[in-house]
Amino acid sequence: MITELGHFALILAMGLAIFQSVVPMIGAQKGWRGWMAAGEAAATAQFLLTAFSFAALTYAFVVSDFSLRLVWLNSHIDKPILYKISGVWGNHEGSMLLWLLILTLYGAAVAWFGNGLPMRLRARVLSVQAAVSVSFFAFILATSNPFLRLAVPPFSGQDLNPLLQDPGLAFHPPFLYLGYVGLSMTFSFAVAALIEGRVDAAWGRWVRPWTLAAWVFLTIGIALGSWWAYYELGWGGFWFWDPVENASLMPWLIAAALLHSAIVVEKREALKSWTILLAIIAFGFSLIGTFIVRSGLLTSVHAFASDPFTGTFVLIILAAFMGGALVLFAMRAHEMEAQGVFGTISRESALVLNNILLAVSAIVVFVGTLWPLVAELVFGRTLSVGPPFFNIFFTPFMIGLALILPIGSILTWKRAKLAKQARPMAGVLLFAVACAVLTYAVQTGRSSLGPMGVALGVWVVAGALVDLWKRTGRGEARLRRLMRLPRADWGKTVSHAGLGVTMFGIAALLAWESEDIRVVQVGESYDVGRYQVTLADVEEGLQGPNYISTMATLNITRRGRDVAVLTPEKRLYPIAGMPTTEAAIQNGIWRDLYVVIGDRQVAGGWAVRVYIKPFANWIWGGCIVMALGGALSLSDRRHRVAAGASRANGVPAE
Amino acid sequence: MIRLILCLMLLASPVWAVEPNEMMNDPVLEQRARDISAGLRCPVCQNESIDESNATLSRDLRLLVRERLLEGDSNGEVVDYVTQRYGEFVLLKPRTTGSTLILWATAPVLLLLALLVGWRSIGRQSRAPDPLSDDEQRRIDELIGK
Repeated sequence: MITELGHFALILAMGLAIFQSVVPMIGAQKGWRGWMAAGEAAATAQFLLTAFSFAALTYAFVVSDFSLRLVWLNSHIDKPILYKISGVWGNHEGSMLLWLLILTLYGAAVAWFGNGLPMRLRARVLSVQAAVSVSFFAFILATSNPFLRLAVPPFSGQDLNPLLQDPGLAFHPPFLYLGYVGLSMTFSFAVAALIEGRVDAAWGRWVRPWTLAAWVFLTIGIALGSWWAYYELGWGGFWFWDPVENASLMPWLIAAALLHSAIVVEKREALKSWTILLAIIAFGFSLIGTFIVRSGLLTSVHAFASDPFTGTFVLIILAAFMGGALVLFAMRAHEMEAQGVFGTISRESALVLNNILLAVSAIVVFVGTLWPLVAELVFGRTLSVGPPFFNIFFTPFMIGLALILPIGSILTWKRAKLAKQARPMAGVLLFAVACAVLTYAVQTGRSSLGPMGVALGVWVVAGALVDLWKRTGRGEARLRRLMRLPRADWGKTVSHAGLGVTMFGIAALLAWESEDIRVVQVGESYDVGRYQVTLADVEEGLQGPNYISTMATLNITRRGRDVAVLTPEKRLYPIAGMPTTEAAIQNGIWRDLYVVIGDRQVAGGWAVRVYIKPFANWIWGGCIVMALGGALSLSDRRHRVAAGASRANGVPAE
Repeated sequence: MIRLILCLMLLASPVWAVEPNEMMNDPVLEQRARDISAGLRCPVCQNESIDESNATLSRDLRLLVRERLLEGDSNGEVVDYVTQRYGEFVLLKPRTTGSTLILWATAPVLLLLALLVGWRSIGRQSRAPDPLSDDEQRRIDELIGK
């Protein structure tokens, strides 16, 4: 019964979305207030109905209603409750419903918090947002309905893919979708502004919080996914250049570019048409990501049940929205004259360079990801484009970005004097190089990757701190002024520092990681690096809630002192018929100890792998710091004050 | 040695990437084998190198790589040997020949193009606005009461 109500709510929500995509738009064209205002109520109602529908599906998963095809395919009675809930979005249909829920949530958020927006712009934004959700409602109901019943309900289900039964992955998709779908908001703002024919500083200020929110969520989502891969896949890789990972990286890069160019629109009224284009393309990349994941066109480790029709449908949505928006852009872009004039050496120019590096790197990832497809269709060559290719071409862009970041961020708007303003950075540069030289002298082996990572990390982090300190002016009471600086300034410093930390973490891990693979008898001790490892015990046949486990116990000591007792597992999920490795990790600030148990060997003993991964947590720590910086900036008073100020001005008389 | 490897291959149960019994005694050779494996794609998996993959075929390929290295092949020769048998598909770093040159040229060409466009538009922005026309100058003079 509840399932049917959920299904019905979904259909009703689609009807409302159609209403919302048409009525406020006409209202805005004609200047009819009532029609414009209708969009707000519709957006709220649309969200509530979708939320009810989602809750109904969640309920079916929680009570294990196996008469529902989706529940039967992806759940099991014995599954822990957390994974029963996360199983809702651990499959194609359910994850599309989550996607839609978030899409309508963003639409409702504009209705709730968009009081500062002019009425026309708000009506148009809501209308475009609803048009996007209509297409996805149609997609779900036509190709991927989660509410289909089975004629003969079985007693139990087929269980969720065991790799997905993990807390890290339970929260990875919701964050990722909050990011992906958040970019639909910037798309709606861009299209609304194009229809309006006006982009000004105020538009830049309105669109920035939404971009920032989407970017923060994407950062967290990508970091969670990478962290999950690190501890779950059993050998501690954190990024694979897999098509689906690339699909999340591209919108992240474009969103980062958009964040920066929207600042130029807000402060200087320049780069307007470029910013609009970025806002459109950012959402385009999220749709392309969806297409790549759902169509199964590119082979990837993230296998979703896919069928050609699903892929085609997403491709049509992609073509319709991108085509429409780009045509509109071509018609209107020339109306957006830049107001602000700036010199060749200025903050604006630095941000242009930032945008070039981010956008081109995103396109390089895009081309590399799709190249196997193009090569096969056009040139008849089956080939692969893998990590070695991306490492060669993506890394220089990020290094370039890190190099210009501290200098660009300290330049003044409009016209800057490089020699004078960049002087504080000379000290930072000297410090960074000194750190690198010291690292080179201390490290064993002669790799230059480690010292380079140190230099870049120190340069970016120290540069961000010096930039913040310079903002406090001169003389007394600088510390007090530091605390009073706007949150946006703090946010900038914190996220830039986070980027530096992540870059350092990646370089350090790749440069100094060590690995030991060997056959070990129970009771045997051996040295790995500075640690002594003892395989104390291996227990077989342990019974988990829905798996059988083989668990090893390893004692790790250093110079006779206990460091950790680690219990890596090998699990077999009999219902899903899949084995998994559960690595045991001792997390640390300076290094992770990462232990995996392999098979029992024929000649006796067990295969054991021990990895020492220096600074591994700095990679995700840096991402969290970046996201934190974004959130700080989002909480800046100026965003709210600006919203309040324009409300006071009211809506111009029609 | 090869017979030993073959025996172990038959006996091995589900495999987990590089197994201790696959590894060679010479650490230098073993490191070369690891480097080569990281650049070869497992033909039956979904986007994994043979170094990370658990598939049986990947294990066979890892052993093949080590066998060739023991025979004295250089890294390039080993890669060519595997590519001849399994096709271009196994190369995670595509070749720089024929149509693939387009792929390799993408990043540098796009970057240069973007820099050029960026440079030109900055140049346009930095030009001072047009000087006032006589008409405008006269109006300003009027307004400030000259």
